[in-house]
Amino acid sequence: MATILAVDDSASLRQMVVFTLKEAGHDVIEAADGVAGLEAAKSKPADLVISDINMPHMDGITLVRELRGLPDYKFTPILLLTTESSDEKKQEGKAAGATGWLVKPFDPEKLMSTIKRVLG
Amino acid sequence: MTIDISQFVQAFLDESFEGLDLMEVELLREQALDAEQVNAIFRAAHSIKGSAGTFGFSAVSDFTHGAETLLDEVRNGKREMTPEIRGLMLEAVDRMREMLLAARDGSAHDPDRVAETSGRIEAMLTSAHGCPGTDAATPVAADSTAAQSGVTHGESRPTPAGPWEILFVPQSVLLRSGNDPLGIFAWLAELGELTVHCETDALPALGALVAEDCLLHWRLRLDGEVEEAAIREAFEWVEDQCSLIVRHLGQPPATVSEAPAASAPAAPLDAQPQTAPGGRPVAANGAPVERRADAASIRVATDKVDTLVNMVGELVITQAMINTIGHSADQLDARAVEQLRHGLTLLERNTRELQEAVLSVRMLPINFVFSRFPRVVRDLSNTLGKQVNLRIIGEETELDKGLIEKLVDPLTHIVRNAIDHGIESPERRRAAGKSEAGTLVLRAGHQGGNIIIEISDDGGGLNRERILAKARAQGMAVPENASDRDIWQLVFAPGFSTAETVTDVSGRGVGMDVVRRNIEAVNGRLDIESTEGQGTRITVRLPLTLAILDGMSVRVGEEVYILPLTAILESLQPTPEQLHTISGRGRVVRLRGDYIPLVPLHNLFNVPATHERPEDGIVVVVESAEDRAALFVDELIAQHQVVIKSLETNYRKVPGVSGATIMGDGRVAMILDVDSLTRLHGTVH
Amino acid sequence: MSHPGTLRTEDHGAAKRELLTFRLGEEEYGIDILQVQEIRRYESVTRIANAPEFVKGVINMRGTIVPILDLRIKFRFPEVVYDDFTVVVILNVDNRVIGIVVDAVSDVIALAADEVRDAPEFGAQLDTDYLEGLASVGERMLIIVDIEALVRAPELGLVDAEFAA
Repeated sequence: MATILAVDDSASLRQMVVFTLKEAGHDVIEAADGVAGLEAAKSKPADLVISDINMPHMDGITLVRELRGLPDYKFTPILLLTTESSDEKKQEGKAAGATGWLVKPFDPEKLMSTIKRVLG
Repeated sequence: MTIDISQFVQAFLDESFEGLDLMEVELLREQALDAEQVNAIFRAAHSIKGSAGTFGFSAVSDFTHGAETLLDEVRNGKREMTPEIRGLMLEAVDRMREMLLAARDGSAHDPDRVAETSGRIEAMLTSAHGCPGTDAATPVAADSTAAQSGVTHGESRPTPAGPWEILFVPQSVLLRSGNDPLGIFAWLAELGELTVHCETDALPALGALVAEDCLLHWRLRLDGEVEEAAIREAFEWVEDQCSLIVRHLGQPPATVSEAPAASAPAAPLDAQPQTAPGGRPVAANGAPVERRADAASIRVATDKVDTLVNMVGELVITQAMINTIGHSADQLDARAVEQLRHGLTLLERNTRELQEAVLSVRMLPINFVFSRFPRVVRDLSNTLGKQVNLRIIGEETELDKGLIEKLVDPLTHIVRNAIDHGIESPERRRAAGKSEAGTLVLRAGHQGGNIIIEISDDGGGLNRERILAKARAQGMAVPENASDRDIWQLVFAPGFSTAETVTDVSGRGVGMDVVRRNIEAVNGRLDIESTEGQGTRITVRLPLTLAILDGMSVRVGEEVYILPLTAILESLQPTPEQLHTISGRGRVVRLRGDYIPLVPLHNLFNVPATHERPEDGIVVVVESAEDRAALFVDELIAQHQVVIKSLETNYRKVPGVSGATIMGDGRVAMILDVDSLTRLHGTVH
Repeated sequence: MSHPGTLRTEDHGAAKRELLTFRLGEEEYGIDILQVQEIRRYESVTRIANAPEFVKGVINMRGTIVPILDLRIKFRFPEVVYDDFTVVVILNVDNRVIGIVVDAVSDVIALAADEVRDAPEFGAQLDTDYLEGLASVGERMLIIVDIEALVRAPELGLVDAEFAA
């Protein structure tokens, strides 16, 4: 069981991610944008962060960069949600320090198999 | 674990409608949009696209993709938020809303409209205006294709099953991206039987060990029915942070890719030196396969193509220039002249070949337009209770991309017209001794330097008497003893419709006059042939490209003008007997029983002419949309291929002129627009 | 520091901008050098049928069709001559390339914003709508033209708006 921070401005996607992770027995913290995500990350260390890229206030790439600057998040797996067309975004995310990505559209099964890769 | 995702659909719909409302509000702002507003619009579209795919509304997701891409270009400054784009985006919002409403209510939406809007967005995306963007994007795309062909090359061959040997040498920074070699190994272990051998050579003395650095490397062996791509997928996230060799044991090395290739060209992202193009990840979902399917065709940025077209234009000009010298060089000896001429012939041929090759980059098969017609025909014939067999011939005929886009509307109209007014009901056909099902043929092909598109039906044909009656009733001038051809032309007159009942299909809204205007706007011509009881054939004749025109140069005083060859019927030096004055209508030229209005170009353009009397100069009979006209000029000079240059880029539209070109001597000459000229002439009288 | 006498200076202070100065009749005008693409000799043009008189015609500038305007005609200067000094200043304004005929190009000068005064309601042949202001350069008075306003002016007819074919 892990503590997972899910950051997405789309309520429906967040709901799905949160629901799926909770079903799997994880502890989930939600945030609707990068700023809220960073706050949540600071107040409670997470074992895994899953974040959307395009969000108001602070985007996912900036969030990754900010998180990697925090001592607690130096090695924490951070996955970005991206669309398959955005090769550029994947590279940008990696450069900012993201661990990997989850390509949209995805379903609960794919989500679970992907996080298994980083949580073991 | 199975989770029913339908429980989130309501939330998805709610937020999507919210997003659409937001897009609409922002797009309808009167002022220019600032970066954040554009960003908000983009995010809304992006969000809808991403979620729609996830929740199973792939049609919405696919449709939104184009809008998202366009907005992305605007937001990245590659494109301006023009009123046109705003309009298009509002249209896209409407389509998305319709599709989502249909999804919510389980009703149907109109896929044709969606396709139409998609088409417009696609056209906008490929239009030249986004130049900086396409420029920047192209090398990246090329890079990744190259990188992938290296990485995934083995895929096209039957992949041998294991065993595989994997040499995995992570860079010391690997852990800092949150990746863990053990996680990767766990992943691999699910694919097959994994044996891990850890090499510790690189480990320093314990005291110097930095816990954050990854200094180990591994030699792995994987047994089982595993494809190389699956192995590489496991390393996807760390490709740029390791050297990876995947080798099929017992065979020569399949592929080797080393990410941190020192000689790699400037990486697209500068943050980490190890981010090299060779390490570009391959999407897990088979994206590389899609790309390879694309490899047969090249995706070329339109602005680059336009540059090429311009360059070829320059070449054409140079050739014309040399031509001028060659023909006026009388001090060269006969042999030299001979050689020069020979060289010119070669140059001309080369130019033409290059021109054709370059222009072909812009060419698309007409199937892009034709492919929509089976649907149109089926729907319409069902609506009207008619039986129509559609035959399509020559759909591989290529024509200019710009033309294709402009053909959709007029051709659709002609096809609808043919089914609505041309092909008769099954009963009527049976009564006429025809098969119950009518036949509609769409045929495309080349003829000389033109593209010909024919739309023919075996329906009732045009009715001469009905057209005449209708024309008279509308107060149109109808010549005595008019030929069939003249009468059919009446169909193209504004406001003309012979249908006894105005149907929903083609009797309202745009008429054939609009069709004709659209075709003529791309320098095309429209002809109609019909035999009563047997059918109608409409022929659209188009230039091969919009960039180059076959023209005739004519002189008026000191000015030189270009007349499009397609508009010229004949030229002659009139005798005084052929010239008549009709009171109130100016002068006419009598030609084989017809009276053709004389249009002295020098009057129209207000320039001094050499000859004041038509019998001293030349009249060129041209055919315009409405009528024929006899242009009176001083002299015909020569036939040329000219490169069309826009006057509007830096100036504005000029009546009577469709554009300009640059002549062999470097001077600018105006290209005449015959339709606009005759209209201009009409306003003078 | 910045009084009129020290205008011509090597000091590229942040606030200074460079102007190309030219003569129209007896008056000296200045336009922002950033809008100047090149300066050419006046060459014969291809006339545009039925264009206003001040639109001399178009020239071929390396494959681009560029309209040439004679502001002296537009603003009814008493004497319009074309001689060896007559030059065409090619401008890039609003993404349009146009050429304007001027009597002579004089100089490039640097001017700070506070050296430009508002134009009075009279005093120049050009309408004040198109003037950005006046500046003194030694003994000379320099009229600074707002070339964008001029190009956008409906009376110039470059912007298509109400144009009907």
